Amino acid sequence: MIVAELKPYDEIKSYLKGCGSVLVAGCGTCTSICHSGGLRETDAVASRLSLDTGMKVKSIVIERQCDDEFVAEIEYILKGVDAVLSLGCGAGVQLIAEMYQGIRVYPGLNTEFAGTSHDRGIFIERCRLCGNCMLGSTAGICPLTRCAKGLQNGPCGGSENGKCETGDARECAWCLIIERMKAQGRLDELYSFAEPVKWPGQAPGRYNRGIGVK
Amino acid sequence: MNGRLTLRDKLEAGMFAVTGELGPPKGCDGDVVRKKAAMLRGVVDAVNITDNQTAIVRMSSFAASVICLQEGVEPVMQTTVRDRNRIALQSDILGAAALGIKNVLCLSGDHQSFGDQPGARGVNDIDSIQLVHTVNRMCSDKKILHSEEQLVSAPDLFIGAVCNPFAEPRDFRPMRLKKKIDAGARFIQTQCIYDTGAFKEFMKKIVDMGLHQKAYILAGVMPLKSAGMADYLNAKVPGVMVPKSMIGRMRSASKERAADEGIDLCCEIINELKSIEGVSGIHIMAIEWEHRVRDIVERAKLRV
Repeated sequence: MIVAELKPYDEIKSYLKGCGSVLVAGCGTCTSICHSGGLRETDAVASRLSLDTGMKVKSIVIERQCDDEFVAEIEYILKGVDAVLSLGCGAGVQLIAEMYQGIRVYPGLNTEFAGTSHDRGIFIERCRLCGNCMLGSTAGICPLTRCAKGLQNGPCGGSENGKCETGDARECAWCLIIERMKAQGRLDELYSFAEPVKWPGQAPGRYNRGIGVK
Repeated sequence: MNGRLTLRDKLEAGMFAVTGELGPPKGCDGDVVRKKAAMLRGVVDAVNITDNQTAIVRMSSFAASVICLQEGVEPVMQTTVRDRNRIALQSDILGAAALGIKNVLCLSGDHQSFGDQPGARGVNDIDSIQLVHTVNRMCSDKKILHSEEQLVSAPDLFIGAVCNPFAEPRDFRPMRLKKKIDAGARFIQTQCIYDTGAFKEFMKKIVDMGLHQKAYILAGVMPLKSAGMADYLNAKVPGVMVPKSMIGRMRSASKERAADEGIDLCCEIINELKSIEGVSGIHIMAIEWEHRVRDIVERAKLRV
């Protein structure tokens, strides 16, 4: 899922300065699961804004902010609203802004990464959405995402006790890859040279990408 | 260099080579580079010019390399993939060759979080081995990466890479070195070695793989300045292991004597490294100690 975190309240408040009425729009998909834009968080932000600023605050949780059919459903509630504070990911913010161009749309979250959910609200980055998945040759561990230098041909000289030298107890992705490949009897696969990647997102006509676009 | 053998000439002639290191200043005063270059001129065969080491903004490796050339010191231009994408890297390689630089050392570079620009976006468009491959393609195939067009004039560079023999996972290190050499590295400089016994074992594997016949391996040394420095290296620098006996010697040396003791130790290490099969030279990393390199070279009898 896409993992996002609530922006500092003061930043949110500064966006909405001068607004008389705001809609706080949560998202029922990824940001609900990562506890940053679900019903609870949407209500909490809306209440705080209402109590603190005195402006008129409405709230709604859109089932999926990244889907135009669901975003179309909020049209009725936008009447008289000066601004929308989106608690969706960056894609959600942009879709609302695109569909209701006369209204100012502000992000209430910082969209962090595509990751996995673990115990007790722990979310870990797993994918950089590079468009060139190499997980098949790295035992299902992404070196682009999880190696601090994004190395594709093995570990740099900075790993110690299985940790990355950049600290934060971050695991060395290449130590993990080598260990798992060894356990699967596939270590020799890592001896072949990984050629420089032609990043798909940078190819002609592929930035601002679409799939299935006619 | 007039009439002098280049680093490549010397290694290819089977002669033992010595390289040093020069860190460009945090500023634009070329005289700092000239002064350091003067300390190393005629002392070592070539000098690594570091590329924003520890991710701190300094005068570029490229510019400082050119100053060294003007001063009659042969530079090894260090080039990291941290700050430039493949377009800038290849463009700098062409420019460096045009200005007379003969040696390029390909590195991934210290992570930006260590330096004075921790908010910088790390480029890492290609990795260090892919850079070796890219420079080799420019020199050997006379082609730019992913292009079939022939370069009108191709560079002829001596391509280097680095190796940290004792970094984890240790059993993968020889194979990673092989990948670098297969990608086109012709000389290798190692992380600083203190435990010569462990390095001997590492080199045995390298010799068994025949890698010493495909690339010249220069063993790295770094003179200790104090016992504290040894403790720091052991605790903080991955793959560096200073044996207890050496720390003991540094600790028992008086404050005035510590630097000399460090140089004595360094010379003893060099003498052991010289005799290890597959070692073609020594790389001396004397950080901000360029003025002591002559002393080390003379005392270790590494006449260039």
